[in-house]
Order: sequence, then C-alpha cells, then structure tokens
Amino acid sequence: MKITNTVVEKHGLKLEEYSKIKELLGREPNLLELGVFSAMWNEHCSYKSSRIHLKNLPTSGKQVIQGPGENAGVIDIGDDDAIIFKIESHNHPSYIEPYQGAATGVGGILRDVFTMGARPIALLNSIHFGSPDHPKTKSLLNGVVSGIGGYGNCIGVPTVAGEIKFNSSYNENILVNAMAVGHAKKDKIFYSKAKGLNKSVVYVGSKTGRDGIHGASMASAEFDENSEDKKPTVQVGDPFTEKLLMEACLELMKDNSIISIQDMGAAGLTSSSVEMASKGDLGMELNLDKVPCREENMTPYEMMLSESQERMLLILEDEKEKDARKIFEKWDLDFVVIGKTTNTNNLTLKFEGKIAGEIPIDALTTKAPIYDRKWIKKKLPERKTQIKDLKKIKLEDALLKILSSANQSNKSWVTDQFDQMVMTDTVQKSGSDASIIRIHKKKKAIAVSVDSSANYCKAHPLTGGKQIVCENWRNLISVGAKPIAITNCLNFGNPENSKIMGEFAECLLGIKKACEFLDFPVVSGNVSLYNGTNKKNIYPTPVIGGVGLIQNIDNRINQYLKKDGNIILQIGKNFGQLSQSVFLDEIYSIIDGPPPEINLSNEKNNGLSVLKLINDKLVSSVHDVSSGGLLVALAEMTFKSSYGIKIDRPKNLSNLMEHYFSEDQGRYLIEVKPDNLSKINNTLNENNIFSEIVGIVQKDYFEVTGELKIKINELCKANNTWYNNY
Amino acid sequence: MNSSVIVFPGSNCDRDIAVALEKLQFQNKMVWHKDSSLPKSDLIVIPGGFSYGDYLRSGAIAGKSNILNEVVKAANEGCLVLGICNGFQILTETGLLKGVLLRNKNLKFLGKDVNVKTINTENKFCNKYKKNQILKLNIAHNEGNYFTSKEHLKELEDKNLIPFKYCDEEGNINEESNPNGSLNNIAGIFNEKKNILGLMPHPERMVDKVVSNDDGINLFTSLLD
Repeated sequence: MKITNTVVEKHGLKLEEYSKIKELLGREPNLLELGVFSAMWNEHCSYKSSRIHLKNLPTSGKQVIQGPGENAGVIDIGDDDAIIFKIESHNHPSYIEPYQGAATGVGGILRDVFTMGARPIALLNSIHFGSPDHPKTKSLLNGVVSGIGGYGNCIGVPTVAGEIKFNSSYNENILVNAMAVGHAKKDKIFYSKAKGLNKSVVYVGSKTGRDGIHGASMASAEFDENSEDKKPTVQVGDPFTEKLLMEACLELMKDNSIISIQDMGAAGLTSSSVEMASKGDLGMELNLDKVPCREENMTPYEMMLSESQERMLLILEDEKEKDARKIFEKWDLDFVVIGKTTNTNNLTLKFEGKIAGEIPIDALTTKAPIYDRKWIKKKLPERKTQIKDLKKIKLEDALLKILSSANQSNKSWVTDQFDQMVMTDTVQKSGSDASIIRIHKKKKAIAVSVDSSANYCKAHPLTGGKQIVCENWRNLISVGAKPIAITNCLNFGNPENSKIMGEFAECLLGIKKACEFLDFPVVSGNVSLYNGTNKKNIYPTPVIGGVGLIQNIDNRINQYLKKDGNIILQIGKNFGQLSQSVFLDEIYSIIDGPPPEINLSNEKNNGLSVLKLINDKLVSSVHDVSSGGLLVALAEMTFKSSYGIKIDRPKNLSNLMEHYFSEDQGRYLIEVKPDNLSKINNTLNENNIFSEIVGIVQKDYFEVTGELKIKINELCKANNTWYNNY
Repeated sequence: MNSSVIVFPGSNCDRDIAVALEKLQFQNKMVWHKDSSLPKSDLIVIPGGFSYGDYLRSGAIAGKSNILNEVVKAANEGCLVLGICNGFQILTETGLLKGVLLRNKNLKFLGKDVNVKTINTENKFCNKYKKNQILKLNIAHNEGNYFTSKEHLKELEDKNLIPFKYCDEEGNINEESNPNGSLNNIAGIFNEKKNILGLMPHPERMVDKVVSNDDGINLFTSLLD
C-alpha cells in the first residue's frame, strides 16, 4: 500500500509530522511502521500538547514513592504499606459505545494498578453527561453506569465513590473518568523498566483480536457527524478474564520472577513494548507469529494496533519461566514468549521469517513531537448579576428546587448499581464527603474522593484549578483523613485552539499552586484533549482524585447529625458571593461572573484546624460547605440522620439568598457538644480562625427562624426524587 | 468445626467468607475448583462472585465442575452446605436446591442494604436468631429473583423451608419491600432435609461493626453448637 497524504491523515498525523517520521527513519515508513508511529505519536500516548505544562506540577514529597511516569503513582502510608492509584479517561469510547467504553475504562485503570503489584481495593468514577433533556443523555447514563458496575462488580473490587454531573457542554462528548486504588507492600512494587539483554518477553492474558484498532488515535481527535462509524475502535471488556489475569499476576508477584511488567492499554502491544524498552534503554525484538490471536489471518499491523483488553507484557528472570508458566496455566491464560530484549535500541517486528518493520525506540518516544501551543490568558470576569434586580423567591422554594435538581440530588439510583461492599473493608460508602476503605486486617484506613468544578474552571481557569484541589482536600479532611496526594484527569477541548489551550495552561497553573501550598503532590494522571464535536468544546473539566490517611479508624467522622442540643459551628467566612453559584444557575439559569475566590492560606489553616479537632475527638460530625452553599450543606447533614436543625437567621442580613447560598470557599460545618464548645473555641482562636454558631440540632424539623420549617423526611424526599422520575 | 470454601476462578467473596469463618472460630480450608476431592468438612460454603464469568447463565458452568460432584456427594450424605449469592445460583444449577434465580425485576444490578426477616429459626443455620427478627443485610446481584413451580412454592411454605424473606423496616413482607421480584419475597431457601441453605444476601459482610453491623454473625455461630 502506498502511503499517500490521505493515508497519513487517516492515521491522525499531520503532514509535517509525517515529514519528521521520514527524517527520523531516513526513509519512508511502510504501513506497519506508520501505524506504530500513529499509535505512539497521538495526543493520548505522547502528551505532545500537554507535556511542557505537566512538568511544572509538584510531584514529589515525603510520602511519594513513585510520581507520574509509571503505570500509576505510589505513596507511603506507613509501616510497610503503600497505596498505588491513578485516574484515567475513557471519554471518546464511552460516547460511541457507553457500556463497553465505560467497562473497559474501569478494566484499564485496574490493570494500571495491579501491574505495579497492588491488589485493587477501591474504584471511583467521575462522569459528566449532557443536559438531561438532550435525547442521548438517558441512554448514555444507563449504559455508562451499567458498564462501570458490570466490570467492577464482576472482578470484585468495590466501587466506593464518584460524582455525576449534567451540563449541556457535554451533550456531544460525555466524560467517563475511572480511578483505581490498590494496596501493596512497600518492598513489592513492580515497574515497567526493562533490564538485561536477551531476556524473554512474555505475552500473558487474553488473545489479540481486531477490536480497538486505532483506539488511541480515535481518542485524540474531535468527533463529527460520523462518530458512530468509529464503533469498531471501541474495545470489548471481559472482566472475568481480567480477574484471572489479576490473580495470576498477583500470585506471580509473590516471588521475585518479574524484571519488568507493563499492561497493554492504549495502543496495545505497541506502547507496552516501546515503553518497556525505552525506560530500560534497550531494544526489543518481537516475533509476531507467536502472538496469540483470537481471529484468523491477522496482519502485523492489526496485531500491533489492536487494543484488545486484559493483556500484559512481562520480562522474566531466565530461570523463572517454568514456574511462571505454571501459574498462568493454573488460571487458564495464554503465556507465550513472543520476543526478547536486544541491544539495538530498535523495535524490531518479525513476521513469517522476515523483518516486517524496524523503528528506533527513541523516534517513537523522546524524539516524538512536543508542542508549545499558543495559549491566551482569561481575565477574571466581572460580576454582572445583582441579586436585588432578580425576581424574589422564597427560601424554602429555592432550597427544595436545588435539592431536587439533577446535579444536587441523591445519587443512589447510580450507586445502588455498584457493589460497594465486596472485600468487606468499605467503612464509609459513597454519598459522603469522602469514602473510607480500611487497610485489610489493620487499624488504619484511607479516604478517597473525586472532584471537579467545570463551571468555575470555565469562568476563570486559574481560580478553578485551585478550587478543585482545595475542594478535594476539604473532602478528605471532612472524614478525618490527612490528605496525602492526588491523581488528576485533565479533560479539555481542542488544544489547537488558543483559548482552549489557555484553559488547560491556567487550570494546570491553579492546580500547581494549590498542590504546592497544601503539600498535596500529583503522583499520577492522564490528559484527555479534543473533547468536543464539530468545534464545540466541552467545559474545561480537570478532575482531581485524592487519597488521605486515617491513622486510626476510630477517629473517622461523617457528616450526619448525632444528637439534639448539639451546636453547629461554621468555620471560615461567608462573604455572600453568588456568582457562578448553583443557586443562580438552578433558580434563574444565570451563569456569570467570577468563581468564588480561593485563599490558600485560609484554606490550609481552616482545614488543618478542623483535622486537629477531629483527632482530638471534639466534634460529632463534619461537613464541608461546597456547591449549593450553607443551607444546602446544612440540609445534607440531616440525611441518614433522625435529626434536623434550628438555624438562627442572623439579624441585619443584607440579603438572605447571598447568606444561605453563597459558595465562598474554605468553609466547614462542625457539630459539637455544648460541653466542648469552649475547648474548640480555644483551638480556633489560637489559630486565628473565624467561626460562628449557625444553629442547634433538634428533632424532626429543618428550620430557619421566621423563614422556613420543613420535616426532615420531606427534605430527604425532595433530594431523592430526581433519578426516579427521570 | 471444619469448613471448606470452594473457590472458582471468578469467585470474589471467597476472602470475605474466609475472614468471617476464621473470626468465628471455624477451622477453614480453601478448595480450588480443579481439585477432585474435599477435605474433611462439617460445612461447605460456595461463595459469591462470578464463578466462571457467568456468561452462559449464572452458575451454569460451575454447576458442572469437578469439585461440585464432590459437593453433591457430601450434601447427599448430610454435610451442611451454604451457598451465598452466586453460591445459591450454583446450588440451583446442580439441583441440590430447586427453583431458579432470574434477573432482578428492574433489570439492574442491585447493591444495597436490605431488611430481611427470619421466618424459620428451628434449624442448624438459624437457631441463634429469634423468630421474626429483622436483619439488615447487604445484597449485590443481577439475578436474585427467585422463581419456582407453584407446587414447589407451596411445599416450601408448607414445610417451612424458607428461613429468610425480604421485608421493610417494620417487618412487612410485601411488594414494596421486595427488592428483586422474588416469589413470596424469598431471600433464602432450604432443601427438604434443611442441611443445604441458599441465600442471596451476604451474611459474611455483616460480621464487623466497623464496616457494617453484626446481623450476619448468628448464621455462623448457630452452626457451631
């Protein structure tokens, strides 16, 4: 086949990139080689637009064992325990085929974690859909939710937390981000770097089929009206085989037989072999006749570009091959030596006795294009809407409308489709600020949460980037965990547009600033660009997945009210800022102005003080004030509790709505016994923290004096209706 | 008491049940599905999960596996057998328990805590429970909708072979308190000799107050006497 300009473009490569390929090879590539280049040089695998911004993120710290660059990040949680975690996107495939797209997203991220030696202990997800009225939303929601459940439930890893949001910017390009968290022993962590010459390269797992060919290239382009045609590029998941692969790998890892291990994710056999060789500064020769195939007459091109799931590549110690083979046979999986490491620094592909392709490894990796794309800054938008100009609404009506909206309502319709309890260490399930997973047979636990705020990021990317890190930090603190590190999934539109590239650059700068200030490093992550259809880009949607440590599980706390007569204190100041709030959006359909300001120093001070109060056992419940503001946060504390709150309406309020629905940051609500109040005030005063009493816990009713009085079960009902009526 | 847990490649509650059994002082052994003999056992547990992927039908292939022949033999000789979730499905596939488990009535996977009422406590598995006690147990299944013939259903009711039924917080057994569409709100059944119990809820997830509650403990401690 002659390589014409059309063939090059069909591979997602620009003509100038093709010229560079010819220059690096010193000749024209054949079709197989072009395919390999397209798999390695696409945005998804090469990070060519994002790399220069990513390198600014803080990635090290006292508790970081491994930062970005490996299959997943690794942190130290004391004793001999390590936590390995990462988040990844599967947006494009999930829009084309929601069930399989979401399922294989979960499968892929699980492999990233157990490849490194960890037994997965928790799954999380962040999913964004278009407007509920959009004709595709309902079926996409159904497909994605059952796909996530279908995979996680079967493999037996609990799906413990997540977020689901609706916004019309995702009408034609939904987001499906999956995060996996695993536990390993510190001295049993496995990496992808190849070592040693003439070592056997072993293929294990499922057979290779024709599914997912060009998946990574598909995920690196915008959609258009022909997106449906891309269905064959979506992989098909088999969680049962993944379970076998996971158990076999973990069994093999008990011994010291593995030199290097890499899962076959995006760009399959190509990226896994190149990755291992590149990190080890070696070459690799693959004999493609040996690749176990699911279908007949597969070509080298198809084998190298297939994204069939549930496959791994291993490099083993010479004398361990026999024992390793036994383990994989026990689990009924293929185990085939398909190649060896070489000193040529080339990727050499043999087929039917001939060399079918040969490419220098560095041409695929370090010499791949890197772009410093043009980007423009976004000015802080001005506040336009004045609350006094808007039609008045009753406090009760506003509260009920917000609680029963798609974005604020109870998500149990979704989470009931997930097994949250398998492994029997889920101490706190989803629906709280963060979920809690106990380390098996130990007294300590980790807290996990995923967060995003696309509206804020759209309004002002720099502030939005800071806010999502703070929000995540706050959520971990609110269950009594010390935040340790994050993973991020950066979902943006087309980077060739300087405004979109600006959103990326500035969100990242915000993330960097917040992470540095809060000592909350980024240890892994994933970038997903080109999210959009026909030039319509999604809102900038970076998603933060955070992990915190609870040293003693008895010190955990939740947001649900404990006893009547207790006092509710608000930590942090309320400035009455309503721009970009859920209130203006839900009640008046107004989205304008700046997002709430982030004051990192207050954020840190407030958070660490709340954590101290929790560890000193001075508080009965904690909840952070986030989207929806004070009144929504107070209402959320009554769910799953038999208590309500009597809230004192402050005198001299300039505006009731600004007071109760503002989304000013850095705030927490704490429930305290009256006896503990003076001790708590001492701690808060010592640290110069602003606090005020907002209400008293009472039986049965949620009440704002002189404004509203609702039975708590009515409040709960309002929060539970949306999904059941959708 | 000696217990054996059968482990299929796709079992995923095998560790949880082993933890529960050991915590409650059983001498437990794990038995791999390719093994052809069982260790000496007073209790055999078939745990939850997806046995062989459950592609044909939940439990269908597991029901034909080597080790299951041994389980059937032991069961027929009176050994106590407990099938939880996928284990219940497998027991119906082997014929040790009659009836089938169909897709949940809402056609969705259901993972949540439900209320379950103890109906028959005069048997080896439930004697530590009080009659009509309301338990909170976790369910996690796609196919938990128990179905059987009219004649068999009558036999189950008449011979008191239904130890557990789904109910609401007050103990009412009705359509609203039926999570998956099971006939007569059935959550678990016995064979006629009451040495074989199959149930959809997971008692092994309810033995630790840090994680949930301890409503599942009595199912295991009942067996110890």
